[in-house]
Amino acid sequence: MEDSLFAPGHRACAGCGMPTAIKLVLDAAGPNTIVASPTGCLEVTSTPFPESSWRVPWVHSLFENAAAVASGVEVALRKFKKTDINVLVIGGDGSTFDIGFGAISGMFDRGHRITYVCYDNEAYMNTGVQRSASTPFCAKTTTTPTGKMSLGNPRPKKDMPAIAVAHRVPYVATASIAYPVDLRRKVRRSLSADGPAYIQVNAPCITGWSFEAGDAIEQARLAVDTCLLPLIEYVDGVLVGVKKVRRKRPVEDYLKTQGRYKHLFKAEGGAEVIAQIQAMADANVEKYGLID
Amino acid sequence: MMKVVEGSYGIADAVRCCSPDVISVYPITPQTHIVEHLSEFVANGMLDCEYINVESEHSSLSSLVGASAAGARTYTSTTSQGLALMFEVLFNVSGMRLPIVMTTVNRALSAPLSIWNDQQDTMAAREAGWIQIYAENVQEAMDLTPQLFKISEDPEVLTPSMVCMDGFILTHVYEPVKFLDIEKVKEFLPPYRPEYVLDPKDPKTFGAFADPSWFTEFRYQQYQAMVKAAKKIEKVSKEFEEVFGRGYGGLIDTYSMDDAEVALVTMGSVVGTAKEAIDTLRSEGVKVGLVKIRSYRPFPEEELKRALQDASVIATVEKDLSIGYESALLTDLKGAFYNSPIRTPIVGFAAGLGGRDIGVKQIRKIVEKASRVKETGIEAELEIFDVKQECL
Repeated sequence: MEDSLFAPGHRACAGCGMPTAIKLVLDAAGPNTIVASPTGCLEVTSTPFPESSWRVPWVHSLFENAAAVASGVEVALRKFKKTDINVLVIGGDGSTFDIGFGAISGMFDRGHRITYVCYDNEAYMNTGVQRSASTPFCAKTTTTPTGKMSLGNPRPKKDMPAIAVAHRVPYVATASIAYPVDLRRKVRRSLSADGPAYIQVNAPCITGWSFEAGDAIEQARLAVDTCLLPLIEYVDGVLVGVKKVRRKRPVEDYLKTQGRYKHLFKAEGGAEVIAQIQAMADANVEKYGLID
Repeated sequence: MMKVVEGSYGIADAVRCCSPDVISVYPITPQTHIVEHLSEFVANGMLDCEYINVESEHSSLSSLVGASAAGARTYTSTTSQGLALMFEVLFNVSGMRLPIVMTTVNRALSAPLSIWNDQQDTMAAREAGWIQIYAENVQEAMDLTPQLFKISEDPEVLTPSMVCMDGFILTHVYEPVKFLDIEKVKEFLPPYRPEYVLDPKDPKTFGAFADPSWFTEFRYQQYQAMVKAAKKIEKVSKEFEEVFGRGYGGLIDTYSMDDAEVALVTMGSVVGTAKEAIDTLRSEGVKVGLVKIRSYRPFPEEELKRALQDASVIATVEKDLSIGYESALLTDLKGAFYNSPIRTPIVGFAAGLGGRDIGVKQIRKIVEKASRVKETGIEAELEIFDVKQECL
């Protein structure tokens, strides 16, 4: 990765899963690519003026508008007959699931040839681990703290891939930094789609999830192996790809290694919540046929 | 040849002559006719550009950030709530030095909801780092369009522009205008060739984040660019007059100011009404004149001092309020004079709010009130004009 299109020297936390995701995405997209990013961890850690980690052209405007900015890039390239250039958005879950949701819906609806990549670390990590609509059920964040009256985030994670499919987006996939071959293949496939694509990449956050240093890939793998994160692929609304799980592990294996779930193993009602989370994983197995 | 058209059609045609690469719009009254006509031009092949219908004003301006950074000449139009929704993008565009041009139709801001004209919307955005020029009539708004593309795209300026025009009063009026000749416009306004664009052959980072050791320098350069824009507005205005035979003055224009004792200072479509009122008043022996502000940002401080130095009383007439302290033009004008030897009394009239008519009768009343200041001194610096006391 020495000659990665995402140069070293960025300011991401040691042990962060996000830069791995970015390197893999850019590696698959190649140098003939323009990237738009919203405000967030990626943006602040990769472009402290006058430095930049980006070896492809990159543009940042605001928090909620990257999909609109990319739409403008794409139509300008169409006007200049440079349609061979890949246009990507790479943004976090806060801008994707919440504040930029309307702009993404617009981008999907208009049918731009843009691949929207969400690196999903399941909360507003850049501002200090506040809850987003991507935060999983009963995870602790700084705005869904645990306490006498609370077991963390009261709501399940928003199903963004389903929302993308509902827009008749030609290509939708989930991916993981623990499965780089799969991730790269999905990015390449998205770029040949005749229209928008949405790829949601699970990218564990060492600060917000609170796990052992050097464990980001392992966390990402556990999310897949517990069936909490199904790796799936839709083409024209049809489920065409499912990454099978060979040895399904109980959700406790995932939850117990992360500080954001620690309370579930101590607090009253925690065991019930773990059972509920296990039921969510089991439902994924059923829904997507994760196990042969 | 003069043709009678609706103002919005005139604007759309002027935009067409500027050959924008990308237009991105969201409909809002009373801007809609402008963007409808533009979409017709694209649909019937009269305008070769990418026209995108986006899901909000926030996204219309945001998409132009991407298009402009990719090297496109870009245009949008909005008004009122739409401009308010764009607010953070306005600062972002100017900070990124993207020369986007926008016809900003002036309309009141809710609440109460009003679709009618005043200038609260653009006045609230006056610190956003955009050039703001206010048109008196449809022809001026049309003619400003290529001028502002030229000024904004100047490498020494690289600052976005608003052509401000009063909603309904100008957008929906049918009046005779001269259409621009597209070939002449192409000569006047050469294609946009920015030095830095999003290009995989020469990757650049746009919109980096600046810590406190850099931020001030970015703002300083923007401030200096706006100072340069003032000179360019004068220059381009003259160039336009040479090519097209129509001139409007530079940053300001004056009317009947020789020996004027009462000087009105105003902007936008009310200028035309004020001129008519002044003609009548002059015939009655009232020494009244008018300074029309064309460029509100950059603010024509020196020009205003020169034009107003001999008046005995100055009255601003503006369609906005800064709730909590006066109104924008009144405050800015007083600020311009404070460190100068000019000690002429200045009073302000906030009028025409939410579309209430300012006719000749109202202007006469304002002149009458301003004249009294010579004898009585200033009683109230700002008067919210034409308040129906019985409704309160």
